[in-house]
Amino acid sequence: MTTTAPAPGMTEAPAAPAARPKRRRSPLPYILATPAILALLAGMGYPLIWQVWNSFREYGLAQQFGQAPEFVGLDNYIELLTGSEFWGILAKSVVFMAVTAGATMILGIALALLMKHIAGWARITLQVAMLLAWAMPIVAQMTVWNWLIDDRNGVLNYLLSLLPGVDLVGHDWLENPLSFFAVASVIITWASVPFVALSVYAGLTQVSDDVVEAAQLDGAGGFQMLRRITLPILRPILVILLLLQMIWDLRVYAQIELLQGFGAAGTQYDLLGTYIYGLGIGQGHFGVAAAAAMLVMLFTIALSWFYVRELLKEDAQ
Amino acid sequence: MTTTSLTARRTPRRSPMRHIGAAVALVLAVAWAFPVYWMVNSSFLSVTTITALTPTWVPFGGTLANYKNVLKSSTGFTDALLMSLGVTGVALVICIVFAFLGALAISRFRFRGRKALVLAIILVQMLPAEAMFIAQYQMISGLGLLNTLAGVSIIYVAMVVPFTMWMLRGFVAGVPADLEEAAMIDGCSRFGAFMRVTFPLLAPGLVASGVFAFLQVWNEFALASIILTSEQQETLPLWLRNFAQPSSLGMLEWGQVMAGSTLVAVPVIVFFLIVQQRMTQGLVGGAVKG
Repeated sequence: MTTTAPAPGMTEAPAAPAARPKRRRSPLPYILATPAILALLAGMGYPLIWQVWNSFREYGLAQQFGQAPEFVGLDNYIELLTGSEFWGILAKSVVFMAVTAGATMILGIALALLMKHIAGWARITLQVAMLLAWAMPIVAQMTVWNWLIDDRNGVLNYLLSLLPGVDLVGHDWLENPLSFFAVASVIITWASVPFVALSVYAGLTQVSDDVVEAAQLDGAGGFQMLRRITLPILRPILVILLLLQMIWDLRVYAQIELLQGFGAAGTQYDLLGTYIYGLGIGQGHFGVAAAAAMLVMLFTIALSWFYVRELLKEDAQ
Repeated sequence: MTTTSLTARRTPRRSPMRHIGAAVALVLAVAWAFPVYWMVNSSFLSVTTITALTPTWVPFGGTLANYKNVLKSSTGFTDALLMSLGVTGVALVICIVFAFLGALAISRFRFRGRKALVLAIILVQMLPAEAMFIAQYQMISGLGLLNTLAGVSIIYVAMVVPFTMWMLRGFVAGVPADLEEAAMIDGCSRFGAFMRVTFPLLAPGLVASGVFAFLQVWNEFALASIILTSEQQETLPLWLRNFAQPSSLGMLEWGQVMAGSTLVAVPVIVFFLIVQQRMTQGLVGGAVKG
């Protein structure tokens, strides 16, 4: 990974005429950058180093009470990777991520295509509705959804019970783990689709009408058009959106933690985020928790490497 | 608006399809806006209406009692509001100043270590914040700053600076350095040229970046829930979480909870609508054009 990193940026200096290297030896840029660097080192750098360091040490409850932590090499990692619990949680998180990110992308793209083909007033109505959902703070989102699915007075159970033969009044959606994760996935999809739909729509408006008309003249049908013209043009934006959704859904913490607080607590309702929290702050196994956090971090960085490269290219322009 | 009338003219035959599309769009719009609407609707309903067997779809003859109850000092809403204002104010001011200076450095100068700094700023944004909590908790706890404004602000500044700096970098790069040089030729000092020429042009960028940083800090829940564990030191998201917990008897005044939720959400929604255009552009900017 590190070897490929500098390659795209090497051409940077000649490609940036706006900032000529006038004062090569001036200390000014360093002075300007120092506060930001110090802030990053304090809030991110130090904890990161602590985490790497302690993932190799025995750091449990005894160490909390003064006993010196002991260097144990890869023991924390081995403990995690040889036990079944971590793998179970990881598998659950990956499935959760795949389902949620997949649903978000499909719905988002579908809504964007829909917006492209309807009258202006209908599109603007849909856009405003989606912006409202997107703008909601996470805690408010979860609180409202908890009210929607409330077992006694929730509007969801009321509406479903109107269907013939269905009586769900009093049904608790958070009790069964599968149902719990389905609810979490629906809420997160609801909250994430607006970003995807509006971004894809913005991308669609950049597909030139000439290309579309030329393809129509050549006899392309609706589906062919989508597959041969629209999707290839949108590919870069779709890849970035998919990556961001995957990263965000893999490390989801707040929604799960809030949902657990509303109704269901226990490891069977855990995903990676809440699992690491429980391991560290809950049970005091800081060493093992640090190792688990490191594994998630490496996984995320591997996933996001493509996005990082794109941003680096943008900087080089 | 003009583009839609154009497309309408180009495809007159497909109008039935367009009507179906519009109908689908309206159904989807209802689905997406409904939770938000339901929050506001429920916030105006009395206890008896809200616990009735059939839901009340429109709050005709609604009551403001829920809001009055939420704003009573015993709920802690105002304390949480002050705490949120304090944390956000401190973190935001520091973040904007630091990020702005940093953005000037990386977009106006080529210096040794610049590329490492840019890479660090991008990578930090990719680090899953959720995977850093344990370490950040340990650090703040070690400093004796759990349950303090300072403790949570240290982390918030570090959390928001990278994105703000990245966003400001774009704005600074958008103001040509030639403008500044022209002012310097006309007799301004470097600093004077910057203050008179570049800074005013950057004002919209600063406002936009500031609103983003504001939204991130104001809405932040996960880290706050770990560092601010005392009820006396809670920010609004934490307050809402606790306010929405059922009593020991398992009862919950949903009308009041929704009133609280509305009070937390509405200002954020308003701010968000102001900057959303840039949000879509900022995160995936350049992906199609480039």
